[in-house]
Parts: sequence; structure tokens; C-alpha cells
Amino acid sequence: MNAKLATKTIVAIGIGTAVFVILNRFAAIPSGIPNTNIQTSYAFLALMAIVFGPLAGLLIGLIGHALTDFVVWGSVWWSWVVVSAFVGLVIGLFSKSVNIEEGEFGRKQIISFNIGQVVAQGVGWFLLAPILDILIYAEPANKVFVQGLIAGTSNIVTVGVIGTILLLAYAKTRSKSNSLDIEA
Amino acid sequence: MAVEMLSYIDKKSPIHSLTGATKLICLLLWSFTAMLTYDTRILLFLFVASIVIFKISKIKLKEVSFVLLLILTFLMLNNIAIYLFSPQEGVGIYGTKHVLWDLPGRYDLTAEQIFYQINITLKYFVVIPAALLFMVTTQPSEFASSLNRIGVSYRIAYSVAIALRYIPDIQRDYRNIALAQQARGIDLSRKEKLSRRLKNAAAIIVPLIFSSLERIEVISNSMDLRGFGKNKKRTWYRARPFKVGDYMAITFLTVLFIVSIIVTFHDGNRFYNPF
Repeated sequence: MNAKLATKTIVAIGIGTAVFVILNRFAAIPSGIPNTNIQTSYAFLALMAIVFGPLAGLLIGLIGHALTDFVVWGSVWWSWVVVSAFVGLVIGLFSKSVNIEEGEFGRKQIISFNIGQVVAQGVGWFLLAPILDILIYAEPANKVFVQGLIAGTSNIVTVGVIGTILLLAYAKTRSKSNSLDIEA
Repeated sequence: MAVEMLSYIDKKSPIHSLTGATKLICLLLWSFTAMLTYDTRILLFLFVASIVIFKISKIKLKEVSFVLLLILTFLMLNNIAIYLFSPQEGVGIYGTKHVLWDLPGRYDLTAEQIFYQINITLKYFVVIPAALLFMVTTQPSEFASSLNRIGVSYRIAYSVAIALRYIPDIQRDYRNIALAQQARGIDLSRKEKLSRRLKNAAAIIVPLIFSSLERIEVISNSMDLRGFGKNKKRTWYRARPFKVGDYMAITFLTVLFIVSIIVTFHDGNRFYNPF
């Protein structure tokens, strides 16, 4: 597996992690509900996962979230870090079907991207996060499920809106695969 | 905008002189111990031990107080939330019910609940000083080499090194872009409508992301030109050989880990039950 890891992917993981940390730290938008911020970083994670694939998504989510916890809290909430890694991985699995490098990001790709992100985040935040919280920290079940529900819903909406905008912008910078015409 | 972040604090202490790999292994063992156990006696012991280690490291409380404040706030909110959602969780775990104070509905204050919530708080308290210490006593570049030392592929360790190296740069980029966009009237605060805020956020993060994607091209090209990834192994400028102290620290933590697992699980339950 490591033999195939391209330099570009390695750098993408590194820089992606740094951007993820910064977005997590500074670019959280207050949603109006106390203590719930809209995390733009997950839209970015989705973009990186689609562009650079599942392994990059997994590692940016994993290292990025762990590092954010480290620099902000001084300690790591592993249960939620695992979820970030999972979300990156699963969205990355859809990178083949979206195939953003072709420069085409129309209705079909938008739908398949959003199905991917809803599945990834739904499973991640609604199930995985609460279950890990219960296993590791033995927190009350109804509390962690409500937390997961709030975080998950806000992240799904954020990725749906901002993630789609980001991918549209990115697709415009790629040259379309069928952009050349044969001149008679 | 100048939000403080935790970073390396240079000092001379026995903790600083341990190699990064040792500290990483110790931190992992420590976190696993704290995560697995719910035994109050072990948690208390770990808590006292972490204070002692903190003293040895010569890091002053003042230097990390802004983080501690944040954590204390979080723990308080967390405790309130636990009580609101599940005021009888402790009763369920310990199997008895000693009511201290009759409150309406299911909100009777019980000794079990208090004990359970003290345990949860203690659990966080045990992990926090160790992780904090790791962060402020390990040089970033040594951290990457130590990841490689404990068996992580050097390519991935290098990703971590790049991340740590570029966080300050990207923070600066972010600040420049955010200020420039704000000067043009883009508002991210509560004064704007939510839908508008989302759009405005995109106006800041789109330039940030595209300049970062360009960075990826430049850096990976220059690494390729220098032949990165050609060999199976690489050496690290910051890597240091293990000394006596390193072996002692790892042995101590391993023993601690094993003992705490035995004590925690010998009666077949993660929880220590004084009732």
C-alpha cells in the first residue's frame, strides 16, 4: 500500500491537515443555536476526499481532527476523531463515481456526491460517534445520541451547501476531457 | 483574531530530554489506561501521578492556563448535560439508590449519580495533563520522526511533519484573506442571516483552499525533484538514540498499564463500586 502512495497524496494529506485545523479553529460560523457551530472544515474534508481519494480523506480526517483537539483542548476525543476519519474515508470512496478531474460536475455528480456525504456522515455522527462515546466514556446514551444528531445534521447541511459550492469551483479549474474539437 | 494555540515550550527538564518516541509511546499507554478503566482508585492514582509529572516537567500552570480554562468550561457543560439527560445513570451502573435530595420527577439527586459524574470528570482530568505535556514538551519535527520510530510509515510521518510545518503559514493566509474580504464588507458574525453567512464563509475559504491546492503542487513537485520516496527508509535530522531514562519511562508505563487492567477487570466490571 505504501509503495503506491504518491508524493502528491502525501503532501495533500499534510497541507490538507493544516487547512483542516485552521478551518476548525477559525472558520466556524455561529449557527444561532448555542454551542453549535457550523464547521466549514467538513466541507473542505469532503473536497479533499473527492479530489485525492479515500486514503487522503481518512488521514486528513484522522490527523486533522486529532491535531485540532491537541492544539485547542490539549487532549484528544478519540471517539469523534474516529468519526472524522470514517467520514473522510467513505466520502473518498465516492471519488471514482464523481471523477472531478474530468472537469464535469453537473447534476449527476452533485447527486452522487451528496448521497455519499449523507451516507458517510449519517452513519458516522448518528451511530458511530454515540456508540464510541458510550464504549469509551460510558456517557448516558440519550445524551450522546442527541449530540450526534445535532452535530450530524449541521454537518450534513454544511457539506451539502458549502461542499457542493467548493466542488463546483474546483471543477471549473479542471479542463474538460472532451474540450478539444477536431477542426475540419 | 490572535487566538492562542498550544505549541512547544522550550525548557530543560527530564521530560523534555526524553525522546519524542518515548513520550509518544507513554502518551498512548497512558491514554489507553485512562480510557479502559473506570476504577476510581486507579483514576485517582493516575491523577496524582500526572500532577507529579507536570511538576517534573517545569511547565508552569500559567503557560497552559488558557487551555485549562477552556477545558474546565467544557467539563462543566458536559456534566450539566449528563445530569439533564440522564440523572439516574449512576443508579443504573451501581445498582443501588441512595437519595440525598428529593427533586421533582426523575431528578432526585443520588449519591451514585454524584460518584459517577466525579468519575467521568476524573477520567478527563487524567488524560488532559498528559496530552498537554506531550504537546508542549515535544518538538514538532521530532514528533514526526518518533511516529516513524514506532512503526508508522515514513511517508505518513512526513505528512504529519508537513502539516505541523504549514499550520502557521496557512493561519497567516487565512487571516490575510479574512481581513481583505471583511474590508470589502463580508460579514461572518451573528448580524447576518444564516444563509448569507454560509455564502460569506465560502468567499473566505474558497481562496484559502485554492491557494493551498497550489501549494500542494509546488511542494510535491519539489519533493519529487529531490527524490522523495525513492528509498524504503529515511533518516531524521531530529531522531535521537534511546537513553536510560527512555527505557525507564516506557517500563514504568507498561507496568502501570498492566496493573491497572488487572485491578480494573479482576472483578469482571469496569466500575469500582463503593456502595
